Amino acid sequence: MTPTLSRRTLLAALLASPVVVSACSRDEKYVPDPEALQIYSSQHQNVTEAWAKAFTDATGIRTQVRSGTDSSMGHMIVQEGNASPADVFLTENSPAMTVVERAGMLAPVDPATLDQVGEGRAPSSGMWTGIAARSTVLVYNTGQITEAELPASMMDLQDAAWAGRWGCAPGGADFQAIVAGMLVDRGEQETAAWLKGLKDGAEIYQNNIATMKAVNAGEVPVGIMYHYYWYRDQAGNKEGSGSTKLHYFGHQDPGAFVSLSAGGVLATSDRSEEAQRFLAYLTSGEGQEVLVSSGSMEYPVAEGVAADPALPPLDSLDAPVVDPSALDSDEVIAMMTDAGIL
Amino acid sequence: MPASSDLAPARVRRTAGGAQRSPALGVLAALVAALTLLPVVLVVVRGGVDGWGPALDYLLRPRVGELLAHTGWLLVLTVPATIVIGVLAAWVVERTDLPLAGAWRTLMLAPLAVPAFVSSYAWISWQPQLVGLGGAVLVTTLAYFPFVFLPVASLLRALDGGDEEAARSLGLGPLQAAVRTVLPRLRPAVSGGALLVALHLLAEYGVLEMMRYQTFTTAILQQYAVGFSDTAGSLLASVLVGLCLVVLALEVAARGRRRVARVGPGAGRRAAALPLGRWRVPALAFLGGITALAVAVPVVMVLRWLLAGQSQRGVDVSNLGPVTLSTLGLALAGGLLAVVLALPGALLLARRHGPLAVLLERSTFLASALPGVVVALALIGVAVDVAPVIYQTALLLVLAYAILFIPRAMVSLRAGLAAAPPELSEAARALGARGASVLTRVVLPLAAPSVLGGFVLVALAITTELTATLLLAPTGVETLALAFWGAADELDYTAAAPYAATMIALSVPLTVVLRRQITKEG
Repeated sequence: MTPTLSRRTLLAALLASPVVVSACSRDEKYVPDPEALQIYSSQHQNVTEAWAKAFTDATGIRTQVRSGTDSSMGHMIVQEGNASPADVFLTENSPAMTVVERAGMLAPVDPATLDQVGEGRAPSSGMWTGIAARSTVLVYNTGQITEAELPASMMDLQDAAWAGRWGCAPGGADFQAIVAGMLVDRGEQETAAWLKGLKDGAEIYQNNIATMKAVNAGEVPVGIMYHYYWYRDQAGNKEGSGSTKLHYFGHQDPGAFVSLSAGGVLATSDRSEEAQRFLAYLTSGEGQEVLVSSGSMEYPVAEGVAADPALPPLDSLDAPVVDPSALDSDEVIAMMTDAGIL
Repeated sequence: MPASSDLAPARVRRTAGGAQRSPALGVLAALVAALTLLPVVLVVVRGGVDGWGPALDYLLRPRVGELLAHTGWLLVLTVPATIVIGVLAAWVVERTDLPLAGAWRTLMLAPLAVPAFVSSYAWISWQPQLVGLGGAVLVTTLAYFPFVFLPVASLLRALDGGDEEAARSLGLGPLQAAVRTVLPRLRPAVSGGALLVALHLLAEYGVLEMMRYQTFTTAILQQYAVGFSDTAGSLLASVLVGLCLVVLALEVAARGRRRVARVGPGAGRRAAALPLGRWRVPALAFLGGITALAVAVPVVMVLRWLLAGQSQRGVDVSNLGPVTLSTLGLALAGGLLAVVLALPGALLLARRHGPLAVLLERSTFLASALPGVVVALALIGVAVDVAPVIYQTALLLVLAYAILFIPRAMVSLRAGLAAAPPELSEAARALGARGASVLTRVVLPLAAPSVLGGFVLVALAITTELTATLLLAPTGVETLALAFWGAADELDYTAAAPYAATMIALSVPLTVVLRRQITKEG
């Protein structure tokens, strides 16, 4: 074997590899399938996929899911504009939907769909519907703090006494939705002051789960998060929450804020009828059972569908009453930018 | 020199044969150079789209100052630490009678097989309190000191021992002789290695996010999460590009102009190995300690989580195969594109020394400083606004990889093309071969090992690329880095372990390829 020969072989292999690559990667590209309903989703992937599959099984309508995160995906749809292939948008928190709504890119949701969801589980505008709900909670380490020592209100966490003793994940859309609720409820001045307290005194974590695990590990005694991450961990091996309990603020406190996951139909959709059917399915008893049985531990929003028995009833949480249409995440992001958090 | 060589009749005659294709080569090379620098222009333009006023308002905030301070501290602490460890380790391995020096050489390069973000995952899962600046400095120092070790070890091996001996004969002790004669000549190698460390630190995302230490790069990804590709993200990215340029300029200044090469007749000789004597144990402890921290900790922790996953709940690894395949597919495509795009420039640089070649060399140097997040942000902006066809396709991701890693491919290709001097091409042409067949029959076969080497380096880098992949991976495409990150970000250590182990296994060849760089120059 001469070296030139083997080098030639290597070269040939190298030159032939694009063929191999394109053959391998054919199904990797996200090319919108014109025959499928295009679902843009920033909901948890396993929930969305369970919904999409159940919908296809029930109706025979093909679906394709594109996953992202709330705020990024909301702005992405706005930037894609009329060219956006999206037919349906599902979010984890409603403010991302409001971004799209304010850009005038949503079509009104079928009134029959809105009738399926409970009172206050859809915005006054009727441009989208709630599809699931989650509650703000305070997670605390039972070895480090007693129930009596917990703050009465989430607003108390801005006090110097709590500096360095609480954690949260302000970079995420979950937390930004909570602050958007506070902004509607308490106004700009109080919210700005609270955010300043956060900047000075909170330990910043990447996300809800990291916050929970930090509290569990005793890095901070308390943390702000959504309820369902805790219940999922408790239903599993309790690795991330074994030393913790949840505290519900109640009393319509900003810390008792209930965030809606939203579903909307794009005005530019060329499959608007199927898209409306999809939303109708999600909010139907059948669709909401898919949510409950997915193990996500989020609350269903349809009338007459019970949440996982481990959860306290949604109506018992005494959440603040906020019109979801009024939640403005862009304003919250601007205020967090001003406070130096972002 | 360049001007006179252009005028020399022999030169003119020599390049005349290729005259009809050289302009095309120049145009191609210039296009590629423009492509690699395009992200900078795009990001700066997008950042300034609202005008100067809002841009300055946004940038002159305490928060930006805070990010600057964070980024600065990370560099100020990590870069010197990597220099001290890298130089000391290289000197002990290459210049003393250290037992098993060959094995230590491999071990000092082994950290390169552990992606830094995997290393931070290992550390934080073992010592959760290691967050913030301290943890970030520890993990990045251990991950990046081989960038200093590699060039310094190569140079120490290649340096003639004559000067050192002369210094000794004039009465200096062994340490003094080394400090006076060897250290000054290490300057270009040290500053080159330090530059690489600094650029990696500026571009680092995974480690810092995991250590909860915010720098410009983490802030840009944060901004992407809240605002997609808005002006704020591009403004932060513009500052990041500025920082990279400052680092480049500092390196050019620090490199100095001292010559390293040996002059004079006679053959060069390797320096005699310095007996370690009573320093033998401390030296072994130093190298052993570094190896334990930089290699053993990540590997042991990954294995531990792998086993924990096996025993606890039988972690679902059915995804591992497809994810590995799609990662390899992307690596193959990106590596190939980078090599093909680097070829015109490398050919041009091997043949010509005109102003175009110099410009090309400089632009490649600049492009090598671009962080993945800047390239990704720029490409998203263009794809959404101008070319929706390629938006959300694997093509865009592969293009980003190629832009990011063309400089790496270029370094290898140039070394290879030096093995195929112009005289051989001329001989082939004199024998009647035409342009393209000269390239395929003479130049490329001779340069093949280096072409392959460049391809392998790029492909391996792609295998563990996280930042650009996070922003550009189209729906449905999952890579090892993404799958790992998805689990690690939620601190699900057992689910992340199989992907971490696969990335480490795939990166082992990198260590082998780079080790050869040291020994072949010896």
